[in-house]
Amino acid sequence: MRIALTHTRLRTEERLLLDSFEELGVSITPIDLRTVVFDPADPGEWTSYDVVIDRSVSLTASLVALRFLETFGVRCVNSRRAVEVCSDKLATTLALTRAGVPTPGVRVATDHESGLRAVEEIGYPAVLKPTVGSWGRLVARVNDRDAAEAVLEHRGALGSAQQGVFYVQEHVNKPGRDVRVFVIGGEPIAAITRSSTHWVTNTARGAVADGLEITPELRSICARAAAAVGAEVVAVDVLECPERGLLVNELNHSMEFRNSITTTGVNIPEHVARHVMRTTGGTIARRLTTIREGATA
Amino acid sequence: MPEQITTVQAACPECDALIAFERPPLNGQVVRCTDCSVELEVTSINPIRLEVAPEVEEDWGE
Repeated sequence: MRIALTHTRLRTEERLLLDSFEELGVSITPIDLRTVVFDPADPGEWTSYDVVIDRSVSLTASLVALRFLETFGVRCVNSRRAVEVCSDKLATTLALTRAGVPTPGVRVATDHESGLRAVEEIGYPAVLKPTVGSWGRLVARVNDRDAAEAVLEHRGALGSAQQGVFYVQEHVNKPGRDVRVFVIGGEPIAAITRSSTHWVTNTARGAVADGLEITPELRSICARAAAAVGAEVVAVDVLECPERGLLVNELNHSMEFRNSITTTGVNIPEHVARHVMRTTGGTIARRLTTIREGATA
Repeated sequence: MPEQITTVQAACPECDALIAFERPPLNGQVVRCTDCSVELEVTSINPIRLEVAPEVEEDWGE
């Protein structure tokens, strides 16, 4: 069996994934997408891979590679569709809503004036997010009309067409934390809470992670969310709304997990490797190993 | 005979601190300098070379 892992930088997560495959006795080739030239008329070596694991931190590079690979019938984890849906907050909201998965209320507009109306429809406080982006970048909570006007104007001045899409989300009065659940092959395998005194509870913004037991309700909503976006390997971010219960906020198709292994006691990269092997028809040479201690340089 | 451990080392291009790799580094690997905290990328493994890693771009994420 031949497996490739595509990336644009090899972080701890990618090294842990490479290690997990190798510990299962499987050879895996890391491929830096920045070095690749794709020929639409000739897939070359790519079709010799039984599966390609997409771990590019650049969404643009991911989508270029996935479009190319899937055109030539190469199995990708995650699939192009899953990446397209998870990477775009509007697409995620549409997929979750169509599947009946509870999610915060959203309005979307593409003009300053209609953007302001979208905020007013949601009500204050509202949360403005770019449709594409991660790690809490350019996420803003607006408490009144003055703030909304200022944020919309600043977004418009950024010069990026992408920032001209105003994705306005209901502010959920969560209890100082959100929940992240790792779902592999449709099965929630581990969960953490991310706590912060700041309203943005992202570990990239300093939130502190703790392990969390997966309740039947959490298991159900996360499995449904992963199915709704068609993702095989995904982190589901969930908000605990005092009024509406669990709400799926977003899904991450190329999740970070280095700090969640010791926190949860679950060997997340090994679960990923085993899932990929199982679903690609590979033979696993070794039994489950013990949990490795966190990250390495 | 005890196993001989060879540690790969390279200088941080920002502060010149010595960065030691416990395992053989890979091309594209990202590490953080323990002295100046700058994020570095391995751009060559033979010989070992480190460069300051690119800044986060708009489409980067999870």
